Amino acid sequence: MNEPRSTLTPDFMGDLSRLEVHGHGPRSLTWWGLMGMIAIEGTAFLLAGATYLYLASQVPQWPPAKLPPAWLWGVVFSAVLLLSAVPNEWLKRQAEQESLRAVRIGLVLMSMIGLALCAVRYLEFTALRVSWSDSAYGSIVVVVLGLHTVHLVTDLIDTLVLAALMFTRHAYGRRFVDTAENAIYWNFVVLAWLPIYVLLYLVPRWLQS
Amino acid sequence: MSAPRDGEDFDEASTAQQLTRTWATPRGWWGALATVDHKDIARRYLVTAGVFFVGAGMLAFVMRLQLSRAENTLIGPDLYNQLFTMHGTTMMFLFAVPVMQAVAIYLVPLIAGTRAIAFPRLTAFSYWIYVFGGVMVWVAFALNIGPDAGWFAYTPLSGPQYSPGKRVDFWAQMITYTEVSGLATAVSIVATILKMRAPGMSLSRMPLFLWAMLVTNLMVLFAMPAVMLASSFLIMDRLVGTHFFNAAEGGDALLWQHLFWFFGHPEVYIIFIPALGMVSSIVATAARRPIFAYPLMVLALIAISFMAFGLWVHHMFATGLPRLGNSFYTAASMAISLPSGVQIFCWIATLYLGKARFNVALLFVIGFIVIFVLGGLTGVMLASVPLDLQLHDTYFVVAHFHYVLIGGAVFPLIGAVYYWYPKVVGRLLSERLGKWNFWTLFIGFNVTFFPMHYLGLAGMPRRIYTYASGLGWDGLNLLATLGASLLGVGVLLLLVNMIRSARVGPLASPNPWEAGTLEWATTSPPPPYNFPHIPLVTADEPLWRERDHLSVMRGLRLDKRELVVTTVVEARADLREPVARPSLWPLLTAIATGGMFLASIFSPWAVVAGAAPIAVAMIGWFWPDQPPRADGEDPEP
Repeated sequence: MNEPRSTLTPDFMGDLSRLEVHGHGPRSLTWWGLMGMIAIEGTAFLLAGATYLYLASQVPQWPPAKLPPAWLWGVVFSAVLLLSAVPNEWLKRQAEQESLRAVRIGLVLMSMIGLALCAVRYLEFTALRVSWSDSAYGSIVVVVLGLHTVHLVTDLIDTLVLAALMFTRHAYGRRFVDTAENAIYWNFVVLAWLPIYVLLYLVPRWLQS
Repeated sequence: MSAPRDGEDFDEASTAQQLTRTWATPRGWWGALATVDHKDIARRYLVTAGVFFVGAGMLAFVMRLQLSRAENTLIGPDLYNQLFTMHGTTMMFLFAVPVMQAVAIYLVPLIAGTRAIAFPRLTAFSYWIYVFGGVMVWVAFALNIGPDAGWFAYTPLSGPQYSPGKRVDFWAQMITYTEVSGLATAVSIVATILKMRAPGMSLSRMPLFLWAMLVTNLMVLFAMPAVMLASSFLIMDRLVGTHFFNAAEGGDALLWQHLFWFFGHPEVYIIFIPALGMVSSIVATAARRPIFAYPLMVLALIAISFMAFGLWVHHMFATGLPRLGNSFYTAASMAISLPSGVQIFCWIATLYLGKARFNVALLFVIGFIVIFVLGGLTGVMLASVPLDLQLHDTYFVVAHFHYVLIGGAVFPLIGAVYYWYPKVVGRLLSERLGKWNFWTLFIGFNVTFFPMHYLGLAGMPRRIYTYASGLGWDGLNLLATLGASLLGVGVLLLLVNMIRSARVGPLASPNPWEAGTLEWATTSPPPPYNFPHIPLVTADEPLWRERDHLSVMRGLRLDKRELVVTTVVEARADLREPVARPSLWPLLTAIATGGMFLASIFSPWAVVAGAAPIAVAMIGWFWPDQPPRADGEDPEP
């Protein structure tokens, strides 16, 4: 290896030392990483939805056994998920204002909501009235619901870890950025659910009538 | 006492010493496994991808030997199926995409004028998961359970009924590994280009290399999920009895082709667009002037990336889809040659208007233009449905895509090797050997693949392990095999040049080609922190503005890893963010994830059992290992 040789003399034109050390929203680097992940996962949801419609277009009868998923748990899940957007948005704003007490309350609340939703999701799986091995219809229904569940569980674990961090000495600075960005991810989990609900619960009923 | 910061307070030697202490990766096995330096990771990527390239090339040569004469018995049909599947799979998934991303991992932070890549640990993770996937599929091949359904693994051939055993499962999981890796890298590169460019490097003066890498990696985000979804459907059909592609239970085999080519066609451009960025760098430096019609070049890159998502059905013309739909894809496939042509004409104009200096890198660019234009012309021919129906699955198609892929990606890549090798290694390659290298490759390539156009027109199908004598194919097949030998000699000369020059090549100065972009402002090879001071960009080609001076910013900490985050469009300095230190967690996460992928081939329960170690590893990764700092600043992750 040769010795570092810089032939260019630096001309100092400005100072970076007074810049802030973290910022929220598009100012932060991790926000862009988050948007990248949302682009990837959003594309996967769109293509899974396209697969559902493609498969539906290939058969005379959809669902083959004329049994769409039962209403109850899907409605309960959707209602709780949509309502969770309210405390989630409150948590995001508190995190942006870096108010530790409110963020602790919000993270504990969102953790409990996430756990409750996982329980409802389990019941939802039992009410699909089809198995993945019954038909292509069963396969795509289970996979689309499974894909959404993976996002639900991922965000729940993230929320639990952040809640734990916020009660330790690590509760400072960038943790608030992390909390606000975790709340943005939850918004994505909520928004992604709306078309999936239409696809899984309403489309099979429309196709039958 | 205030914290030490770069600037007039310290002389350059002391600045370098303090930054090295902060940024250097520790020596020894821990440092080797924990490194998050983008240059270390990229070098590993490049070497690994090079090994896969040579391996896949050798498989191709064995196939050429088998086809060199009629009714040859060197290779049987079963091994031949594995050979062409492994060749295509390795070249596309383990060489072409990773090698282009590896060049980006090395060069993007340097050309952008920053100290690190956006997510260093994610980038380290992407390397480990890539190498695990590649090793897995090659070990399977060595054990005679290599995939054998072609690199695009069409159903129903690849489904449980016609491909029992584990061969296709290894293929499907190899996809999962490499796409996880490619997606992780893409996120890092996009964030680096958008948020970490040196202050003053607004989008309107961003080098074309960065534009090409930005466009490519944005494409990755929207293309690769399709193949991951498809390969997951396939492996579920094979292992747990779903019916996505099973027509008997309402599934559909063509669904596979739609999902695969929705990824697969953009994939070609994901390989090709980085090469456009490399060529623009080489041409501007060789011509000693900025690229002609820069705004047009940027628009052409963006146009190619959008149109690339509208071409996938041209791989499916022979499947009996509605005629009207086919016309749309014919038009789109022909139209994409327009922005590609714009690029070619702008480079020619740049060379014409500048004072071109012919070196080996430029020689490879000219070779690229010749070969790629020929491949592009056969592409326009194949976009026509009647001709495509005639030539589908023949050697004409084999000739076409090797002209496009080797001409469009490998030639620029080797040009890039000659151009950037001194920056990476600190020594220059031999230009004399380089000329031999170029001519053997150029002649060898054309002798190998040009006859295949005729073989295809004469009716020779692809993927046949032998053929009868007297069909008029014998002589040209032998000629192609002789050409492949010369091609092999060319690759060997490149390797000899690279290995020899690393020891005895002349030492490289920081800017041996007198280029204008920022990677040439630092030493060759660059120090762990890339730049002693963050450059301030005041011109399109910063190093051509002033000869001996560089405008820079002061004020980043010398005692902790820190870089400047800028705004997306104007690149105004906005934040000082801490950068991750070396860590074993990316490797441990890759072992947990890779172990789960591998085990899932043998039992679906592995997905459930493997979730816990992955969660533990990721929590370990994200848990801060530094206490809060007394000075109120954020510690490094």
